[in-house]
Formats: sequence, structure tokens, C-alpha cells
Amino acid sequence: MCLAVPGKVVKVKGSEGLVDFGGAKRWVNISLVDAKAGSYVIVHAGFAIQTLGKREALETIALWAEMLDKMGEDVKDA
Amino acid sequence: MPSEREVAERIVREIKALGQRLRLMHVCGTHQDTLVKHGLQPLLSEAGVHIVQGPGCPVCVTTPREIEEARALALGGASVTAFGDMMNVPGPNGSLFSAREEGADVRIVYSITDAVAMARESPSKRSVFMGVGFETTAPSTAVALLSNPPDNFFILSCHRVVPPALEAIIQMGEVRLDGLIEPGHVSTIIGTRPYVGISKRWKIPQVVAGFEPLDLMMAVLMLARQKSQGRGEVENEYSRVVRPEGNVKALKAMREAFEPCDVAWRGFPTIPGSGMALRPKLAAHDARREFEDVLAPVSEMDFPEPRGCICGEVLRGVVESDECPLFGKACTPEHPVGPCMVSYEGSCNILYKYKGK
Amino acid sequence: MPKVKLSHGAGGRAMQRLLKEMVVSRLASDVGEVRLSEMDDSAIVDGIVFTTDSHTVKPLFFPGGDIGSLSIAGTVNDLAVMGAEPIALSLAMVVEEGLDLDILEKVIGSVARTARKAGVSIVTGDTKVMERGAVDKLVLNTSGIGRRHPLLDRNLYIVQKYRKFAGKWPRDSTLAGGDALVVSGTIGDHGVAILSAREGYGFESEVRSDAAPMNHAISEALDAGGVVAMKDPTRGGLANALNEFSEKSGVGIEIDEAAIPIKPGVRSACGMLGLDPMEIGNEGKVLFGVVGEKASDVLKSLRKTPEGRQAAIIGRASKKVRGVVMRTKIGGRRIVEPPIGDPVPRIC
Repeated sequence: MCLAVPGKVVKVKGSEGLVDFGGAKRWVNISLVDAKAGSYVIVHAGFAIQTLGKREALETIALWAEMLDKMGEDVKDA
Repeated sequence: MPSEREVAERIVREIKALGQRLRLMHVCGTHQDTLVKHGLQPLLSEAGVHIVQGPGCPVCVTTPREIEEARALALGGASVTAFGDMMNVPGPNGSLFSAREEGADVRIVYSITDAVAMARESPSKRSVFMGVGFETTAPSTAVALLSNPPDNFFILSCHRVVPPALEAIIQMGEVRLDGLIEPGHVSTIIGTRPYVGISKRWKIPQVVAGFEPLDLMMAVLMLARQKSQGRGEVENEYSRVVRPEGNVKALKAMREAFEPCDVAWRGFPTIPGSGMALRPKLAAHDARREFEDVLAPVSEMDFPEPRGCICGEVLRGVVESDECPLFGKACTPEHPVGPCMVSYEGSCNILYKYKGK
Repeated sequence: MPKVKLSHGAGGRAMQRLLKEMVVSRLASDVGEVRLSEMDDSAIVDGIVFTTDSHTVKPLFFPGGDIGSLSIAGTVNDLAVMGAEPIALSLAMVVEEGLDLDILEKVIGSVARTARKAGVSIVTGDTKVMERGAVDKLVLNTSGIGRRHPLLDRNLYIVQKYRKFAGKWPRDSTLAGGDALVVSGTIGDHGVAILSAREGYGFESEVRSDAAPMNHAISEALDAGGVVAMKDPTRGGLANALNEFSEKSGVGIEIDEAAIPIKPGVRSACGMLGLDPMEIGNEGKVLFGVVGEKASDVLKSLRKTPEGRQAAIIGRASKKVRGVVMRTKIGGRRIVEPPIGDPVPRIC
């Protein structure tokens, strides 16, 4: 439906933030989120549509592994 | 730390252990690309899971009428800007690209912000942005409209919302579905609550999924578990981004700029309340009002589907892409007949590219 | 009346069809050991390798390069990937009336530096000035002639220790099952550098164009021996180059996604714009076909050169598959098709 990629807000100027997508940087509109320099955001078509934590932005594999482990425990408890 | 591949293998093992045969639908062009670009289909079908694409990319669902409207505006002298996705979509008389070849001013932008900047640079020329996309993209159009854009900037609104289309597909009951994979970035805006009613009414499992390959595989595992436990609820796999309430600021901006309207989707009868029209207070920027004269001939035209094109059935998940008689023959990425072959996200374009002739 | 489209010039299938049906069909002749009809990077006539290229890049200057370095590197590389050592180049310019002279001076300076780096001279040329608006600032054309590389015969001799090799020159059609595919470095750098400077979807990027002559790196590879095919993956990127090898050699190619070197800046720009790095153009890279047994030697030689530091073995030719098939990082499989027309940024 919609391509959106995570990036880190490097600096802010009014309703715009300079976001670093891991090499490519671009000014995007941040008026739809509460972001400041250092925040991680997910950007679609030049607009930040949500903020996310550092771990969520960078350590996705660990998050999935944790999900699996947690599922394993649910089965044991169920 | 396990590698991406090890986690994938573990998920496939767990899906197989549940021994469920699953027929799932997703409604997102970017999910379709993730499935095919990472070659997930062979992995998942080995685990008894078959995934069907529903109406999910802004290009696939945009109607020939809307393409003809954008062409008429460009050929009528307006400067038309649009996302790259829309350039090749064929209307009855051609695409935006072919309008450009006939001398029209048609330009690609990455963001509506660039379109507004271009309009400011040439104040004497009327500039129209073709606003396509779902709840993920509509807020950006809303913000642009609500931040007093220049007087020569107009919107041709082709935005649509997802939940009414989901209800329409399930109501039609043409397709037996064991679960729905919900679009992660639409859900980033609308949250997980709008899906709850669907699960309640039809007891169908739903999982909101992200766009990495492991997001999709994890969502399939969650759906398989629900089916094996006889549950039919909404779960959120993409919890690192999607919050139950969604993005409140974005929802507010959308409500302020747009009001629901009935609109046809390609391959569907008109779906009530599934379109987004500009509110009266923004009428000064509504291309359909500003260019009533230029668009009048288009409103009288009717738009039969191209002969033999069954994109509608493919979009409703009733027919697989390669079951279409035109697939790979009269209809190829180079000479697309219907939108499912035109769009990079269209199920036929992707199947053709990644599965070969 | 059907019209010329942008895709007719973008290095993909649409361009291949236009050339085959309208151009080559009318101009083909039996002149030359490598003829026009073979649509290779260069032709070979009486033992002389001959190529030509026009350059219309927009903008004229971009991170890591400009129209001047691009034109010289492009022609030197077209000669070198045929197994030739450049003898001399020509440079023709079509200039728009009103162009700042210091822009022209900067371009010529860049032409001179790149020619020196490649160790080749410009020996002839032409200049035309067109009235304002008739051409967009500047168009360059470069042609080049080359002689058989002194190390080529020994290289092919080494090839024949491991398998049959019928031809005299490394061609798109001389790859065979079991040969390794080696890329000389990271892909997509040039295309992303250009996109970052383009109106409508510009962005700041640390990625610089890789435009550079590759003749010295190719000499090192020939010195190691075992090279059977070479191609510079320009328009249409690695996806197009791999498909041309597969189509013209009549052999499938299996590649490993995890082995393909891609800079984080290129991956990030492509992610943002919805593009596939495999389809993005390169201007200072070479795709080699190498007999399997010599792949690691060629790799070692390449990695000793500045241009080949990040060379990598990315896959193998194989009769078991049809077309170009990629094993994805996640363990899946997909077919890589040549792109149709230029990549366009998308939101979905």
C-alpha cells in the first residue's frame, strides 16, 4: 500500500526535519508526529507518519526472535 | 544473535508444526512486493500457506476515469504533478506519460511538498497534484492543503480508505479466506481498532503486518496459530510502529481536509464512503471545481473494461494472476492492458517479473 | 504515428527491441570480426576494436563526477571490456549558445584528468554551437579505438586449461555453465548520485558516482587469467548486464543476494524511493565471467587495485536454471528480469 522507511531526525527547522535514512538524507515534513533531533521516524512520500524507538528502528531481528520466544512460552502456559 | 535466515527457518518450522492449510489475503502492493522480491511464496507454500492479493495499490484501484481526468487537465494546459507510480497507468486514451509525449507538462514528484514548491515557482500557471493513495498518503495531502498553499495549486483527489473495501470483499463472499494480513502503514495512521468490527462480524483472524520479510512471515504464523486455536481476532505484528489508536494528528488533519464520498474502485462496484472528497472550505483548491470546463467531456464518457481484462476478479482475489487469459500474452509489463500489470506493485506485474513468462 | 519514448533510450528491453527492429536490421553488414548486429559494447574491424558513445547526463555535474569524466571513462571501459587496450579517443561537443565558458573549461579539465588516469589521449574531435534552446547546455560524443590486449592470449590459454573456449575475444556470448560471475565493486553508486541531484526528488547523499576508467583493473584480471566475458553494467544496471550474458550465452545464471556488494547509502536511497539497486546504472564497474577454477585468483588481483577493492564473486552460470535467478538473503528464490525503461521513484 505504501512504502515507508525508518530514518533518524538529524535536525529540525519549523515543521521540517532533516532525516538520515542511513546514507541518504532528506528534509521531510514532521508536523504529523512529535519528533526532535535524535528521534527515529518512519517516512512516507516526504512525511514522517510515526515515531519509533531506537531499538525498534535498528534491532528488528532481535524483536522477532523475542516474539518467537514469547509465543513458545504462551504455548507452554496454555 | 540469530540471522534473518535462521529466524525465517524457525518461523517456517513453527507454521508447519501447526499443520494448517491456509488461504490468506493481503490488500497491499508493498506486501506483494515484499512477498515476491524476497521469494517468500515458495517458502510459505511449502508450509501449506497460499496468499492472495486483494485491491491494494493506489495504481491498481485508480479508475480509468481518474486517469482520463488527469490527462485532460495536463492536455488542457495545467501543469500536472504525480507520484512515479501513476505515470504508466493506461486510461482508454493513454497514460500521463503519453500525455507528456504529446507536449503536456507532466512531472514526477517524490512528495506533495515538491509539487507545492513547483506551483510556487510558476504562479501564473495552474498546477494540479494527482492525490492518490490510502490513509497513509492522504494526511500529507491534507497537511499541504491546510497550510495555505498558493492560489494556483489544486488537488485532483483520488484518495481512498481501506476498511470499506475490506468489508466489501468479505461481504461478496466470493473468496474463502482463513485470515487477512492488514497493511502496516495504513494501520500506522488508522490504528488497529477499525478492523475489530470485521473480526467480530465474520470471526476472521486479522494481523497487522510490517514490510520486512520476517514481518510477513511472523504475521502468517500468528494467523496460523489463531486458526489452530479457533480464534478470530485482530493482532498487531507491526507493534514497533503501529499503535492501537494510530496517528491522532494525521487522523485529525484528514478529517479536517476531506469528507467521505462514494467512489468506484477498479474491479469493484461503487463502494459507499470509500472515497475522500475535499471539504467545501477547501473548494478553492479542488481541481474538479476549478477545471469543471476541462473535465466536463470526461464526466460524460463511460469506461468499459478493456476487452478480456479481468483485473477486477484478480483484484477481488477471486482469480489468480496467471489464470487471466491475457497474462503474459496480450498483457505484459511493456504493453499492460489493466492496472494489475502496469503498477510495479500490481500482482500480475510482480508475478510476471519474478516468476518469469 | 507511434513516437519515440524515453524507455527507448534507457538500456532495457524497449531499447533492445528498437535497435534490433529499426536500426540494426537496416545497417547490418558482414564487416568485422565483431559486427554491428551483435550489439556488443564495441565492434572489431581488422583487429581494431572500435566504439562510440554519446553523453547527455543531467545535471552536468553530480557528486563524484561530471559529463567530462563520464564520457572518457565510458568509452575507455567499452574498449577494455572487449579485451582491448585503448589506442586513442575522439571528443565531439555540441554546445548551447550562452553556456558559461567556465562550465566548458571545467568539463574539459575533467576530460583531461580522466584521460591521463586511463593513460590514453584525445587525438581528434569536433565542436558545434547551436542557438539557445536547440540543445540542453552540452552534449558530448566520444569514440575510441583499441588493439588486442597483450595479456589476452595468455588469459584465454589459461581458460582452455579448464574448458573449451571457441572465440578469440571475451564476449557476452562466451559464458558457459560452471563459470563464476564476479563484480568489480559496489553497485548503484552512479545512478543514486545522479538521482540525488535531480529536480522533484533530490536528496542529500554521501554516495558519489563511481565514474572511472577500469582498464587498469581489467589488465590485472587478465593477468590472473581465466576471464571469459566482461561487460560494464551501465544503463539498466546489473540486472540488464546479467540478462544479456544469460541470453547471448544461452546459459542460466544463479546469483546470491547476500554476496552482492551494495553501499548502505545506495540501499537507503533505493529504499526511500522504492527502487531496486540491481536496476540502477553504474559507470565505473565491470561484470566478469571467469572459469570457476580461476575465480579466486581474479578476485585477489582485482582487490589489489583501487577500483576493485570491493570486488566480489556473486554467483555462477548454470544449465540447471533458465534466465537469471537470485537466492534471496531470507532463503527464497526469485527471477531477475531486465528493467523496462528508467527506474521511477514510487510511493507504493
